[in-house]
Amino acid sequence: MIRPTFALLLAAASLSAPASAQVSFDRLLHSGETPQDWLTYSGSFLSQRYSALDQVTPDNVKNLEQKWIFQARSIEKFEATSLVVDGVMYTVQAPNDIVALDATNGRIFWIYSYSPAPQARLCCGRVNRGLAILGDTLFMGTIDAHIVAVDAKNGHLLWNTKVADPEAGYAITHAPLVVKDKVIVGTAGGEYGIRGFLAAYDVHTGKEAWRFNNIPGPGEKGHETWAGDSWKHGGASVWMTGSYDPDLNLTYWGIGNPGPDWNADLRMGDNLYTDCAVALDADTGKLKWYFQFTPHDDFDYDSVQVPVLADLEWKGARRRVLLWANRNGFFYVLDRATGEFLLGKPFAKVTWAKGLDEKGRPMRAVGMVPTADGKLIYPGNQGGTNWYSPSYSPHTRLFYIPTWDNYYSVYKKENVEFAEGRLFTGPLPASPVPLIRPPQVVSRGEEDGYGAIRAIDPETGDRKWEYKMTDVTDSGILTTATDLLFAGGREGYFMALDARTGALLWKAAVGGQVSAGPMSYSVGGKQYVAIAAGNSLFVYGLRQ
Amino acid sequence: MWSVRFSLVALASAAAFAQQGYSPADIQSGKQLYGVNCSNCHGPNGDFVSGVDLGHGSFHRASTDNELVAIMVQGIMGTPMPPANLSDQQAYQIVAYLRSLAAAETPGANKADLAHGKSLFESKGCLNCHRVRDHGSRVGPDLTSIGARRKAADIQRSIVDPNAEVLPENRYVRVVTRDGATITGRILNEDTYSLQLIDSKEKLVSLQKADLRQFEFLKNSPMPSFRDKLSGDELSDLAGYLVSLKGL
Repeated sequence: MIRPTFALLLAAASLSAPASAQVSFDRLLHSGETPQDWLTYSGSFLSQRYSALDQVTPDNVKNLEQKWIFQARSIEKFEATSLVVDGVMYTVQAPNDIVALDATNGRIFWIYSYSPAPQARLCCGRVNRGLAILGDTLFMGTIDAHIVAVDAKNGHLLWNTKVADPEAGYAITHAPLVVKDKVIVGTAGGEYGIRGFLAAYDVHTGKEAWRFNNIPGPGEKGHETWAGDSWKHGGASVWMTGSYDPDLNLTYWGIGNPGPDWNADLRMGDNLYTDCAVALDADTGKLKWYFQFTPHDDFDYDSVQVPVLADLEWKGARRRVLLWANRNGFFYVLDRATGEFLLGKPFAKVTWAKGLDEKGRPMRAVGMVPTADGKLIYPGNQGGTNWYSPSYSPHTRLFYIPTWDNYYSVYKKENVEFAEGRLFTGPLPASPVPLIRPPQVVSRGEEDGYGAIRAIDPETGDRKWEYKMTDVTDSGILTTATDLLFAGGREGYFMALDARTGALLWKAAVGGQVSAGPMSYSVGGKQYVAIAAGNSLFVYGLRQ
Repeated sequence: MWSVRFSLVALASAAAFAQQGYSPADIQSGKQLYGVNCSNCHGPNGDFVSGVDLGHGSFHRASTDNELVAIMVQGIMGTPMPPANLSDQQAYQIVAYLRSLAAAETPGANKADLAHGKSLFESKGCLNCHRVRDHGSRVGPDLTSIGARRKAADIQRSIVDPNAEVLPENRYVRVVTRDGATITGRILNEDTYSLQLIDSKEKLVSLQKADLRQFEFLKNSPMPSFRDKLSGDELSDLAGYLVSLKGL
């Protein structure tokens, strides 16, 4: 028996082509044409978190039922958005285990376990938000600031490159972005006085191909925006995945806050490129343009939001734009070829600025800065929105924002000494809304902060509708071709809304706080919708 | 007080075992006891704990059999090594097994011609089923770190007698679906209702058992024996090369 069986196996192995490239770059470029898969963190290089699948509709969404649950062996928040390729789901069990699952039932094919160095230190949880894929290789950033390449077929490590020093507070928590033959990551650690950077690595070898210093060094343009030596440990982290425009060959990333967070006197100047959108040449990492949302930030208004690319009718002409609801409470439209400011309006209560000038620079409100006694300022420390994925539907042509409104913090200013690897922030601003984890009971009123999903017309910045929630939300948003909108919140629900009106169409109790973005895929002609909540992943499909 | 008295008893008792020969029965019993009591932490080959390798006859805290027995029954204070629930006789049998592992290390393995072994590995068709780093097939076990997990003697045995030991994770299954399709592959996972495998085209396949007409584990390894296809030196060189594969 052994010989014939082996002969068959050998024949099959030798007759079949060498392992075919599972996900070519061309397939990534045209991911919108294969909506059954979910190939990047935000679903496509445009980062619209929009699915062209149309089996689940406003009429039948009430028939969604839970198909399976994956319970992570982790007590950390499940922040990852899964990838799905040809019916296989790849997700991350915090902090850094990659799990390959049958996307129809959650059964596991393999687990790759990565043991981060104990020196890893993170401000806000030992979490990971997802993976990138190219060919048969998965890429993951780790909380101890490595990037690893793992075989998507068997979960075996292919290479492991140290990106930065975890003892100095560097970490990687976002899903990498693959562009051509490079995989791009940025470093988190803005609360530890890092000097953040973005870097690209060869997908085959892990060798660094280029690096962009988020804080310019001596001799680099923008260095003059940092007083004294403050540039050396000024933060400028990256912790959300960027986007890519293949026509312009530009990759877009949001850069985090300057440090120390709440004492800007210690770093006089605009502090480039903190709180910026940066557009980099994807081949070289050279800066093409930047736009700074919050110069000389006093409030920890990271601009790490996912850059959403859209093509709009703008004053009678087609325009390639970048849509950006910023943590600072303003919604922006930028020309993504040049960085030109096109529009900006508050989408939540803002008191730190009176508005934006014609260039989009904020006009600061007098006296609205952290003080020794504390100053109450809107939006609070977590912002009008934060890292939660927004969505743009090319069908409704609306932009959807997970919003915190009526949300404030009392900001205090204190002197802060830098020490490597130690928190470099100042006193945490106080707010009625808890920073990350919710209490079991919500007893505050709407005047002390609430959550909402807001639909914005990007051509005017005007609100079309909102869906209010009692508690705030850390959930991303997914829209679909049938004008459904999926999102969750801190309250432990997962909902489907009518993307045109905001009407609630369906909801399910998922128990835990949603701290991830929904995604959708299909296998065997059946559409699924997935959301992580608590430390589990929930997958829904239509009742048969 | 309890620990002092116990250790004295243990040492006195263990003294009876000192420097005796190890019977095959002791070694076999020791292997089973090791699997039950030790392998969870130390791994099947004794090298899962960083800096500790029980399979090569060299121990940080012990040199004699008696000292090894004492460590097993008393544990090591201040370390994760707990006192095991073993009789002295059982601990001695585990010592016998560990000593046999070291003795089974192939003399001359260090002298293997690794380049020649690598050439044999690539020319004898091993890559048709096995993978090393990013070369070869994923149909069979990945050997990128085989040298960190298996000893030269085990590897040589697998080359000449693949059926001598097939690890559970390396079993092959053959299934026939209700529509008559036959799928053969290496099993990755199984539960009451489903199984997951990697098939002969390196595709990850998940199947519901209710959808299968037949489902069987192959009794033998699909790997052919190279007993008559390699000279002694070639076998040594090939095994030496594989032992050199310690992972990334």
